[in-house]
Amino acid sequence: MSKRTQVSAVVNGDPVDFLTDPGATLLDALRDELGLTGSKEGCGSGDCGACSVILDGRLVCSCLVLAVEAEGRRVETIEGMAEGGRLHILQQKFLEHAALQCGFCTPGILVAAKALLEVNPDPTESETRYWLAGNLCRCTGYDKIIRAVMDAAAELRQVRV
Amino acid sequence: MAQLDFIAPVSPEQAAAALLAGGAGARPLSGGTDLLVQLRSGRLPPGLIVDLKRIPEAIGIRQEAGGFVIGAATPGIALGEHAALTAAWPGVIEAANLIGSTQVQGRATMAGNLCNASPAADSVPALVAARATCLIVGPAGRRTAPVESIAVAPGRTSLAPGEFVLEIHLPARSARSADAYLRSIPRTEMDIAVVGVGVNLTLDADGVITDARVALGAVGPTVIVADAAAEALIGSKLDDAALARLDTAARAAATPISDKRGTADYRTKIAGVLARRAATIAYARAEKTA
Ligand SMILES: Cc1cc2nc3c(=O)[nH]c(=O)nc-3n(C[C@H](O)[C@H](O)[C@H](O)COP(=O)(O)OP(=O)(O)OC[C@H]3O[C@@H](n4cnc5c(N)ncnc54)[C@H](O)[C@@H]3O)c2cc1C
Ligand code: FES
Ligand code: FES
Repeated sequence: MSKRTQVSAVVNGDPVDFLTDPGATLLDALRDELGLTGSKEGCGSGDCGACSVILDGRLVCSCLVLAVEAEGRRVETIEGMAEGGRLHILQQKFLEHAALQCGFCTPGILVAAKALLEVNPDPTESETRYWLAGNLCRCTGYDKIIRAVMDAAAELRQVRV
Repeated sequence: MAQLDFIAPVSPEQAAAALLAGGAGARPLSGGTDLLVQLRSGRLPPGLIVDLKRIPEAIGIRQEAGGFVIGAATPGIALGEHAALTAAWPGVIEAANLIGSTQVQGRATMAGNLCNASPAADSVPALVAARATCLIVGPAGRRTAPVESIAVAPGRTSLAPGEFVLEIHLPARSARSADAYLRSIPRTEMDIAVVGVGVNLTLDADGVITDARVALGAVGPTVIVADAAAEALIGSKLDDAALARLDTAARAAATPISDKRGTADYRTKIAGVLARRAATIAYARAEKTA
């Protein structure tokens, strides 16, 4: 009965059309239909955050969104974070602080951290840790990640004034 | 994932008709943070998914008749952003905002938490303590039901075929009233409640409790309305004797099982402790309201 459905959405500012199975997740569609493989599947059950994207302004796990739900919606992924060839400050700070090792969690954490700084430009360390509690990292032990986000927040605040 | 069908109706009546036509395999979709996990793990066979998020009444928070109407598909994060709602019902909002991570909050709803019918659902004891009601839409029209009548057993609800929750209603607040919700989990974040307690209090001008409601989660197959625990508080100023009576009554009301998250003895004891603490928080909040 199920047939492939046409979905029109805006991904990283660009209008896109793709065909998808009604049972496919947004993560599947991003990776397999649109070739945006930055978002990762760590668990497929909402626990690890490696698939984090911003859907109509809200941080979500794309593994728990059906691709067909994206019809007419705006999706922001890690691929939209650098502008042209220029890395986002968060990305630069992750490199400077060595806040990644294998890198599998990194796209999801960067997207989640960007969402945090959009609503809270001056987060405390504890607010940052709670906001990122849904992003698991098996390599770094989190400290460097938190330091990179705090440093990026401080720098972004200076850029703004 | 397995093959399934999907529709996103724009009116409640269309949704009810689709759910009815879809039969036993048809499911409403709000945030999908339970439903997608269940579908993907194969625990739930694929069927028809009816997305409620395109129905205008199912989205957003409206103030009505002194109370609040919350669209069933409104995510947790939007509840916490609503200043008037958070001021009137701090316990309901803290319970809803405990659900999962930031990412889960971007999607998860109280209606989904309720209709998933997990005994450990965090927002449900707080909604029950608040005397919240559901506006239910179905093939036969609309009806209103108290929140505590929805879950009937783990994973099972009283909703008839084709019925779904369109709105959750929080009643008008009387003066000097407040609520609180506390849960106990083994970790600091991202875990399932071992015990959850919602307490809702109203005080008179002298600080005497005139109305109370206590609801216990995760210590029975569905949320327990602990009437004796509420009565233990009425007429008191939440002194030590009242707190001791509350503790005893909450423990007596709890009917937990033992599992890997905690033994029945432990859960019973914690139900008493959390009831005391939640009542203390609710009392302090109520004193601060005008
Ligand atoms: C990582 C993670 C952490 C979590 N942490 C917690 C936690 O701390 N505490 C907690 O309580 N839960 C937790 N959950 C479970 C889940 O997020 C909550 O139960 C959530 O509130 C479900 O809401 P939803 O809108 O996503 O529901 P959905 O997944 O959309 O639906 C859940 C069920 O209810 C039905 N349904 C949905 N909406 C309606 C409606 N309006 N009318 C009738 N039926 C409906 C669906 O068909 C389905 O059976 C967690 C889940 C994940 C993935
Ligand atoms: S893959 Fe989505 S949360 Fe882990
Ligand atoms: S860097 Fe390897 S999981 Fe985070």
